[in-house]
Amino acid sequence: MLILDIVSALLLIAGGFFGLSGAIGLFKFPDFYTRVHSASVTDSIAVILIMGGLLLQTSFDINTAKLLFIMLFLMLTSPTASHALAKSARHGGLASMAEAKMDEQENNNNG
Amino acid sequence: MAEFINLALLALLALTALRIIFLKDLFSVVMLFGIYSFLSASIFLNLDAVDVAFTEASVGAGISTVLMLGTLALTGRKEKASKHSSCLPLVVVCVTGAVLIYGTLDMPPFGDPNNPAHQHVAPRYIEESLKEVGLPNMVTSVLASYRGFDTLGEVVVVFAAAIGVLSLLGIRRQKDELVADTGLKEHRVLHVIAKLIIPLIILFALYVQFHGDFGPGGGFQAGVIAAAAFILYTLVFGLKRTFVVVSPKFLAWMASIGVLVYACVGLFSMFKGGQFLDYNQLAADPIAGQHYGIIIIELGVGITVFAAMLSIFYAFESQVERSNVQ
Repeated sequence: MLILDIVSALLLIAGGFFGLSGAIGLFKFPDFYTRVHSASVTDSIAVILIMGGLLLQTSFDINTAKLLFIMLFLMLTSPTASHALAKSARHGGLASMAEAKMDEQENNNNG
Repeated sequence: MAEFINLALLALLALTALRIIFLKDLFSVVMLFGIYSFLSASIFLNLDAVDVAFTEASVGAGISTVLMLGTLALTGRKEKASKHSSCLPLVVVCVTGAVLIYGTLDMPPFGDPNNPAHQHVAPRYIEESLKEVGLPNMVTSVLASYRGFDTLGEVVVVFAAAIGVLSLLGIRRQKDELVADTGLKEHRVLHVIAKLIIPLIILFALYVQFHGDFGPGGGFQAGVIAAAAFILYTLVFGLKRTFVVVSPKFLAWMASIGVLVYACVGLFSMFKGGQFLDYNQLAADPIAGQHYGIIIIELGVGITVFAAMLSIFYAFESQVERSNVQ
């Protein structure tokens, strides 16, 4: 039991670390696409790690099944949401930072 | 530890509220309101009020955020700058706040078991509800049986809200075929995932509806969750195709039928010789009668809440589509 507790604690801490790094990236990264990227990628791994840590805390009964369902649901919905967000921004014509720079250079060369 | 978590959550709650006051961008305000609701749901969860937390998360953070976003799509994103001076309102707010704080001095101490709120009817509910109603989830016994009349009032309030929104906005049906299918045609991924999870959401709503006697949940939460499934369908596939699945007329019928079912249970128990909503009369065995009554009225609640929420969403969404076409 002790080993399970230690493993679960490590998983929870790692999940917390990834969630926090995603939040920091959300504030620090330069443009919209990198921000979505930082939030969504770390979110997926944080969900897996935190849910894994919680799974080890259950006594492998119905709660385990419920947690597994929540994990499945989050792993389906959260990347989909990020994808929809980025795609809508793309269709709406939002340029990434690199593209904005290239446009600026072209304008400077022409002008 | 629980106290520490409570303090942290309350501090976050206060910060969110302050940010909401000072923001002018209404879209961010709506998002912050969602966060506010989730924080309060966490606090309720920490206080072991699972049913309330469930309601707050599904109604406060879920459906009201969607409805407020629908309103924003009609009205616009920016708050208008006020031309009036804010001196008088500030004085009024300060005085009211001071009076409220003065009022709390007379409040009984927080969490004391001798408080009037814990002495009045709560001991009876806690000690007798298993014998009188026989449900493991005490919240459902109180909500549906002891306080059945109040809950009937709540359902009527939801029904009245739907009627109010419908009579103000109305649901516009797109008659002509020229109106293009709205919805997100380009988003193939969204289509696949939505088709995958919408049945699961409806299944979960049914679980919450019929498992409410034994665990957290009940008609209110189930109705909102089922409505959320159809709202997701509308957002991804467009209003026109949702009207084919659930027509507004059908929803109007459903909303009234839910209230009617609830009230009819009350009248039927009067007909059987009891008082209004006295479930003991519904069957030979009082406990079985309570079970029947609670299941039927929770179903009525679920149907009305589902239909009312979805009609309100339809009303907003059809207005948005109409203004987009023009």
